[in-house]
Amino acid sequence: MSNYKVLLAGDTALVVEFGDSIDPQLSAKVLSLARRLNELRPEGLVETVPTIRSLIVYYEPLVLSTAALERQISELMQDLQGTEQPGRIWQLPACYDARVALDLADVAARTGLSQAQLVERHSSVTYHVYMLGFLPGLAYLGDVPRELVLPRRENPRPSIPAGSIGIASSMTCLYPMETPCGWHIIARSPAPLWDQRSETGALLAPGDHVRFEPVSLREYEGLLTRTKEGSLRIEPHHEPLGATA
Amino acid sequence: MNPRLRVLAPGLLTTVQDLGRVGYQHLGVAVSGALDPVSLCAANALVGNAPGAGALEIAYLGPTLVIEAESTRLAFAGANAAIEILPNETAKFGNRIQNMRTILLRRGEVVRVGSLSDGAVMYVAVEGGFEIEPVLGSVSTYIRGRIGGWHGRALVADDRLPLRRNSATPRAESRLQGLNLDPKARFRAIIGPQSHYFSKAAINTFFDSEYVVCAGSDRMGMRLEGPKIAHVGGFNIVSDGIAPGSVQVPGNGQPIVLLADRQTTGGYPKIATVISADLPALGRVPIGRKISFEEVTLEEAQRLRRERLVATDRICDCVVPLEESEVDVTAHLLSSNLISGAVDAHALT
Repeated sequence: MSNYKVLLAGDTALVVEFGDSIDPQLSAKVLSLARRLNELRPEGLVETVPTIRSLIVYYEPLVLSTAALERQISELMQDLQGTEQPGRIWQLPACYDARVALDLADVAARTGLSQAQLVERHSSVTYHVYMLGFLPGLAYLGDVPRELVLPRRENPRPSIPAGSIGIASSMTCLYPMETPCGWHIIARSPAPLWDQRSETGALLAPGDHVRFEPVSLREYEGLLTRTKEGSLRIEPHHEPLGATA
Repeated sequence: MNPRLRVLAPGLLTTVQDLGRVGYQHLGVAVSGALDPVSLCAANALVGNAPGAGALEIAYLGPTLVIEAESTRLAFAGANAAIEILPNETAKFGNRIQNMRTILLRRGEVVRVGSLSDGAVMYVAVEGGFEIEPVLGSVSTYIRGRIGGWHGRALVADDRLPLRRNSATPRAESRLQGLNLDPKARFRAIIGPQSHYFSKAAINTFFDSEYVVCAGSDRMGMRLEGPKIAHVGGFNIVSDGIAPGSVQVPGNGQPIVLLADRQTTGGYPKIATVISADLPALGRVPIGRKISFEEVTLEEAQRLRRERLVATDRICDCVVPLEESEVDVTAHLLSSNLISGAVDAHALT
């Protein structure tokens, strides 16, 4: 059984908190509880939102009492498997060309790496998708190699282009749409990260694994055109790609 | 020709909203929906729509709309505003009508909603509703996510919103009676989920002080200014879910209450959460007002939620016939300049 806390987030939501750090093992527990609660689907459960280290559970208290929900969570926690489900493995094209990677030179300078080393480091890791949040389809991935860990930019940008790949602290983010952003932008992906017409909306899901495959600016532009036409299909692998995060 | 409502002037921030897009927060999609769902339901009840049907939410300054249908019945509910009916697009002056009522308009007629007073939002419902395709189960506009409503954005001039009906049903006009849609000044809240990031003294400061709603407040969050709430230790937390009404406190110690368009996850500690029963009244508080908070228990909050939901279910009981004499008197008084500006909804009842 795992250590956890149940916190009140008003009268229609509970937060099940597993810890307060960025850790794939905590994330696995969060996702495992989310999966089990959604399989159980008690009447009055509205929606669950997995985050990096907690699960927020929205419910209708006039149908499902807070006490009954807490009891169900406690029962599910008794034999919760903290191991990761085999997630899907994605290989996503990423263009690290300085013409689209707004902060590549700056990050290289800050980390003391060459641009080539930076690209090599960032694309050498299989990342764990911790959560989607903040914007539709925006994925928080980790953990980035230690040498790339930086605080956020002092001056957030009022706008970054869709597809931007940013880094800050131990995470790397994929931004499906134009947005204000305080992260360091080191690449851009042409992958269709969000499509409100598709069944699931978001390409990635928490628990998935992602590797970035460096592509040239020319390749990026070709793939982006196909994404805009709706003809670029990226399919996940289901077998492990070497060591996972 | 398909029936439409054409936008002559969009107002400050006019969006299509319903009761929100529930069930997609795990994809990063904000819930959105009306800031004041009670006023939305009231506007819909006036024209006989389902309570949660999509309607126009107006913030601070209203739009000017032209009827492009045989006839259309509109209803207005929420903050007070000068609502004017003009015979056509070129007319400079028209007849003022009250808020909280329905009106039947014919092709070419224009409705102009002025500045709102005593509240941040008002709703305009159309009998039969808008012919807008829901996205992920809702027609609510989520501007940051560019989802829903009219092309995922606020209305702009020359937009033409399709209507379900080309002509209004033949029936008498109605008004609302006995429904208080005034903004409140005191809001009840449950402590947590991150109250452990604050000292007892900081928590007391939050509950004992008045805060002013400041500029920069929007559909995502209400920015408050007042006595600083100090953190114990840091103010950055690892991202966590954000419930509606969450009061997050960033590094400057000035609280932000998160509203309909709140991001699904965020990284500041949340000292308290405004109870669900008080969120509609919170959504109508305009910039510049002072508000304060009062701690309640979970049990009390859920009792108040039940009361609020029962009251919203009975909103149709507040819809009463509009006496013709009332209309005539108002129009007459306005045209003679005997009364002016915002007409109080209850002044003539």
